[in-house]
Amino acid sequence: MAWGSRRLGAVQPKNVQPEGQFTKCPGCAEMLFVKDLEKQLNVCRHCGHHLYMGAWKRIRAFLDEDGVEELFGELETCDPLEFRAARSYKERLEECQARTGMKEAAVIVRGRLKGIPLIVGVTDADFLMGSMGSVVGEKITRAFETAAGDKLPVVIFSGSGGGARMDEGILSLMQMAKTSAAVAHFGRTGLPYISYITNPTLGGVSASFAFLGDIIVAEPGALVGFTGPRVIKQTMRTELPKGFQTAEFMCEHGQIDMIVHRKDMRDTIARILSLLTGKEPVGAERATIA
Amino acid sequence: MSESNAFNSNMYLPFEKGLHELDVQIRRLEELSKRNNMDFGEEISNLARKREEMAKELFSRLTPWQKVLVARHPARPQTLDYVGAMCEEFIELRGDRCFADDRAVVTGLARIAGRRIMVVGQHKGRDVRERNACNSGCPHPEGYRKAILKMRLAEKFGLPIVSLIDTKGAFPGIGAEERGQSRAIAQNLQEMSVLRTPIVCVLIGEGGSGGALGIGVGDRLLMLEHAYYSVITPEGCAAILWKDHEKKEEAAAALKLTSADLKAFGVVDEIVPEPVGGAHRDPKQMAETLKAAIVRHLDELARIPMDQLVAARYERLRKTGVWRIAQAAGVEVQETARAK
Repeated sequence: MAWGSRRLGAVQPKNVQPEGQFTKCPGCAEMLFVKDLEKQLNVCRHCGHHLYMGAWKRIRAFLDEDGVEELFGELETCDPLEFRAARSYKERLEECQARTGMKEAAVIVRGRLKGIPLIVGVTDADFLMGSMGSVVGEKITRAFETAAGDKLPVVIFSGSGGGARMDEGILSLMQMAKTSAAVAHFGRTGLPYISYITNPTLGGVSASFAFLGDIIVAEPGALVGFTGPRVIKQTMRTELPKGFQTAEFMCEHGQIDMIVHRKDMRDTIARILSLLTGKEPVGAERATIA
Repeated sequence: MSESNAFNSNMYLPFEKGLHELDVQIRRLEELSKRNNMDFGEEISNLARKREEMAKELFSRLTPWQKVLVARHPARPQTLDYVGAMCEEFIELRGDRCFADDRAVVTGLARIAGRRIMVVGQHKGRDVRERNACNSGCPHPEGYRKAILKMRLAEKFGLPIVSLIDTKGAFPGIGAEERGQSRAIAQNLQEMSVLRTPIVCVLIGEGGSGGALGIGVGDRLLMLEHAYYSVITPEGCAAILWKDHEKKEEAAAALKLTSADLKAFGVVDEIVPEPVGGAHRDPKQMAETLKAAIVRHLDELARIPMDQLVAARYERLRKTGVWRIAQAAGVEVQETARAK
């Protein structure tokens, strides 16, 4: 699907070196001290560029500290096509697992946000480009089904430069339909689903659950769209407008509700959930009414 | 019609060279016999028999990439050809009521074997002008919005939906992105999955990724024998995973995109056989075969109570995918749609 954006380099964790090292901000090229950067939730203190944030780091930064429980971690990836390109799927998958310490691109947890119980999902853009194969699709689907059963809101952080995962062929494509159907059924419970788009969200992830949120939020500067910019540029043989497919561009074109700085994600989502459901968050800053 | 049409179309695929040569010989003999008033009847029928055998043999063992070429054949019947051949009546309905009328998607009220239906289909266009107007069957968001608008209409009036899929993919353009290509497709997937009317989808040619799926969620998925359905075009896959566009044949094989593969995965319910040489060699027969299959499935679905139908549609999607469950003592493999 919509693979291949030159800007994907910006999300690779190679920008974030091991502790004690410096890293270059992809936004302003300033050298950043990694320990500082982590304290800033991987946001550049000079230009505000939102750097890549891994799934578990995101979950820790977003949810209350206590009572985070991973769900569906037992689902493991198979190789139904016995897919082999220049390298085999199995090889690519194992290498990615070893590098990231994750089993798959999606992590689903049950936890609390300022005391509000909810289900949170993250697709990690660094795991096979955050692409959706059977396991990612199944985990997202189960997240909605479990939330419906337990009457919990859902927040999904999507990050996927890869869209539907090529290595699982048509089965990946079907995950788009499966997750979208799960959102449809979840929608009937009257519970909120907030889609939180991070850099980058393209292709089959974008054209399924990510764009089906009751409310769609995006991080500043995130690349958002169906077809990646490089493919559009090549196919159409045209220059792209400035800022094309950034979250800000998409917001101006009416595709998303709001841009939220990473430091505000807890407060903003808690307030939205509170306004939607009437549940009071604990310790959320209220909007001041003049 | 089929033979002369096949020759006049003069569009042989690279692997049909042998057929082309035989056709040339047959035509020469026919001309010769006409001009000189000689009888080459026996030679001609021998050659014709040989051609028939060769075509049968060739098309029974097409490689995945060859199937892609057949699915993209410029003379392959398209949505409007099928509508014209299968339906007694068709009233086209246009526009998405928001922005435009996307010619890449055709929608309308129709009657097929006496049954009232809503037709939704992607149309590529035949000549240059029509292809330009249709963007060669690559829909913009307006196409998906038009489709879902007419499908809601179908639900309201209790009409089953027949969706004919034939696209290389959703249109990759600036305007398409500005107007929400992702959202348009996603919304169709969401709404089609719970629409309270039967939906029969047919892959008639190219099934290009999310662009195809955007009108492809339903109760049945039929697939023409030589159509393909893939998460990405073989060329795109080759460019990304081999870093080489020329590896498209390998990519086509690796992606498991043929009707037989998809049947084995349980994604496709029924393969609709094509005439020897592909649908374009005998469009009339193809339309007849397809019509019979569509009508049979419409009648089956009509007997299922609506709640049960919608629940079954979710179950159908719910079971797609292959994974295994890790357990403390070993690993249990779930055998859902496993490839042969």
